[in-house]
Amino acid sequence: MSNQRKRLTGEREDEDDEDAEGIGEWERAYVDDRSWEELQEDESGLLRPIDNSAIYHAQYRRRLRMLSAAAAGTRIQKGLIRYLYIVIDFSRAAAEMDFRPSRIAVMAKHVEAFIREFFDQNPLSQIGLVSIKNGVAHTLTDLGGSPETHIKALMGKLEALGDSSLQNALELVNEHLSQVPSYGHREVLILYSALCTCDPGDIMETIQKCKKSKLRCSVIGLSAEMFICKHLCQETGGLYSVAVDEVHLKDLLLEHAPPPPAIAEFAIANLIKMGFPQRAAEGSMAICSCHKEVKIGAGYMCPRCKARVCDLPTECTICGLTLVSSPHLARSYHHLFPIAPFDEVPAFSSLNDSRRTLGKSCFGCQQSLIGTGNKPGQCVTCRKCKHYFCLDCDIYIHESLHNCPGCESIHRPKSVSLMEE
Amino acid sequence: MPSVASKQYSDDVSLLVLLLDTNPLFWSNTSITFSQFLSHVLAFLNAVLGLNQLNQVVVIATGYSSCDYIYDSSLTSNHGNFESRGTGMPPLFASLLKKLEDFVTKDEELSREEGHEDRTPSCLLSGSLSMALCYIQRVFRSGHLHPQPRILCLQGSPDGPEQYVAVMNSIFSAQRLMVPIDSCYIGVQNSAFLQQASYITGGVHHTPKQLDGLFQYLTTIFATDLHSRGFVQLPKPIGVDFRASCFCHKKTIDMGYICSVCLSIFCEHHKKCSTCGSVFGQSKLDEASSVSDKKRKAPHT
Repeated sequence: MSNQRKRLTGEREDEDDEDAEGIGEWERAYVDDRSWEELQEDESGLLRPIDNSAIYHAQYRRRLRMLSAAAAGTRIQKGLIRYLYIVIDFSRAAAEMDFRPSRIAVMAKHVEAFIREFFDQNPLSQIGLVSIKNGVAHTLTDLGGSPETHIKALMGKLEALGDSSLQNALELVNEHLSQVPSYGHREVLILYSALCTCDPGDIMETIQKCKKSKLRCSVIGLSAEMFICKHLCQETGGLYSVAVDEVHLKDLLLEHAPPPPAIAEFAIANLIKMGFPQRAAEGSMAICSCHKEVKIGAGYMCPRCKARVCDLPTECTICGLTLVSSPHLARSYHHLFPIAPFDEVPAFSSLNDSRRTLGKSCFGCQQSLIGTGNKPGQCVTCRKCKHYFCLDCDIYIHESLHNCPGCESIHRPKSVSLMEE
Repeated sequence: MPSVASKQYSDDVSLLVLLLDTNPLFWSNTSITFSQFLSHVLAFLNAVLGLNQLNQVVVIATGYSSCDYIYDSSLTSNHGNFESRGTGMPPLFASLLKKLEDFVTKDEELSREEGHEDRTPSCLLSGSLSMALCYIQRVFRSGHLHPQPRILCLQGSPDGPEQYVAVMNSIFSAQRLMVPIDSCYIGVQNSAFLQQASYITGGVHHTPKQLDGLFQYLTTIFATDLHSRGFVQLPKPIGVDFRASCFCHKKTIDMGYICSVCLSIFCEHHKKCSTCGSVFGQSKLDEASSVSDKKRKAPHT
C-alpha cells in the first residue's frame, strides 16, 4: 500500500482526481473496509461469505459446555459484595498503535463499558481506579459506587509515559483494600500492556503479601504472555488472559463482570446493616448531603439520620449507613438462582412424535424450528419443562433474561418457597 | 449508514405486546364481565392497528396454570374466511377469539389436574413477560427496520410472591432492552410488581376507577406510541414504595440486616442465616470443620 502511495505521489502532477495524500478517491473507500477478508473457501473451493450467526451459536455452545463441565451441577457460592480495583498500565507501551487508534483509547472505551456493566450486575459492589505512569502507581479514584465519577476521572487523563511497575501497583492496591470490611471480596483487575516491569524491590514478596491478604488478582495482557503475570494469577486464584484483538479484549473484560466463584476462606459471612429509604415527598425542600445544595422534590431520606441523598445505592455521608432499594438486591438474585443450561436436541433422532405434540415452533419467540429444506433446524430443550427453544432464545435466556419461559408458565405449588429451588 | 436506515422508517411505528389476564379466579367476581372486558380490549386493538399501517399487535394470554400466544397481527393466516360469530365482534379477530377459547378450556383442565391446594389466586405474570421478551428479542434480531416494541399488562389478579425473582429478572431485562412495560391494573388491591415494572422501565402505570369506560382509558393513555409520548401528558408515577420486606416476618422495613453471602434480609440480628446456613462473624475455615452438611464451595486453589 505504501509503495503504491509513493508511486502515485510521484505522478501527482499528472493525475487530477487525487487528493494531497496521493490516494485516489476509489482507494480511500478500501482503506478501512477489507471486505475480501469476509470470504472463505468451502470444501469444494467455492467462495462463500462467513456465516456469522452459525459461528456465534457454535461459540456459545462450546463455552456453555466448558462452564457446565466445570460447575458439575453443584451450586457454587459466589462473591456478591465485591471491592474491585482496576489497574491500568499507562506506560509508554500503551501508546502502541496495534489496537486502532491506540491501545489507550481502546482500553479507555472498553473499561468504561465494563464499569457500567459491572455496576449493573453487582449493584452493591464498589470500584476504584489506579494508573501506572513513569514507574509510579497513582490512585485515580477511591472505592465508590457511582459509575460517573470513575468514568470522568478515567477520561480526564489519557496519556502514556515512562515505565510500568507491577509491584508498586500491587502495593498501593493492597494498602487500599486492607481497609475494606471483612465480608467483602477483594479483587484486582490489571490491564497490562508492557512487556516488563521495573520494580523497586522483590515482587515475589509482594505477591505473597497479596496472597496472605486474600486478594484475587486477575490480569488481562495486551501484548504477550508474561511469566510474572501468570505466576501472580496462579498464586492468588485469579484469571490470566491475553487479548488478540479489540473484540477479544472486550469479551475478556466483560467476563470479569459477573461475580466469580467465591473462595471459601476469603470472606467472612456477616450481617450488614442497610437502610431502605423512602422517596422524599414531591415539593419538599432539603439540602442534599452529596452536593451540598438545596434540592426540591426527588430524593431519598436516610431512615437513621434523615439526611437527604440524591441517588441510590450510596452510603449516607452523615451516618455511614449503606442505603439501597430492593431492586438493587434483586439484581443479584439471578446469580444465586441460576437456571440450568438447556440440552441440545440431536438433529436426526426420531423426535417426530414429540415435536408433533409440542408444535414446530420455539416456545419463547414462536419462530419456526424447521430449518432450510424442511430439515429440522438446531434447537435446544429445557430439562424441567421439556419445551423447545431456538438457539437465539437460548442465548438471550441464559445471558440476559435468566428465566426459562416454559418453567415460569407452569404453576408451582405455593409450598415451594423461592429459596428452596 | 445504520442510523440513516432507521430514520427512514417512520419513528411512530410500534409493536404492542398485550398480556391479557384470563385468571378465572379473578374473573369470577368482578364488576365487569369477561366478555364486556374483551369488547373494550378488541376495540382498543383495532384502534392501535388503525393508527399506523405498519403497527403490529401480539396478544399473550396469562392464565392460572399456563401462558400462550393468542394472536399475532403479522401472520397472514389470520385474514381468512371465518364465519362471523354474530355477537358484533369484528371478523378480523375471529381467530383471536377462537384461540382464546381453546386456551381458557385447556387452562381450566390443567388447573383441575393439579388439584386445589391452597395457593394464591395470582396469574403467571412472569411466564408471559418472559415469552413477550423473547418475542421482542426476535424482532430486534430481524434487522434495522423494525417497529418500536412495548409491553402492555392488563391485569386484575393480585401478585404472587413466589414469582418475585422471576418478575424482577424480566423487568431488568426489559430495562436493558429499553422496552417500556405499561400496566393497567383493574383489580382491587394494588399490584406492587406492576408499579415497580412501569417505574423501572419507564412505562405508564394506571388503575382505572370506572371499568365501564375502560376503552377510553386504554385509547387515551396506552395507545400512544413511544415517540409521541414526549408530547402527551400521561399519568405520572406516584411514589413507588421500594422498601424491602424481611424474610422472617414479611413486614416492610426501613432498616435491616443483609446476609453478605446470600443477600437475605432480616429485621433483627441473628447468629446464623436461615437461608444459606452461614454462621455470621466466623471465618469459613472454622465453620467448615464444625458443620457437616454445607453447600459445596469452590475449592481453594
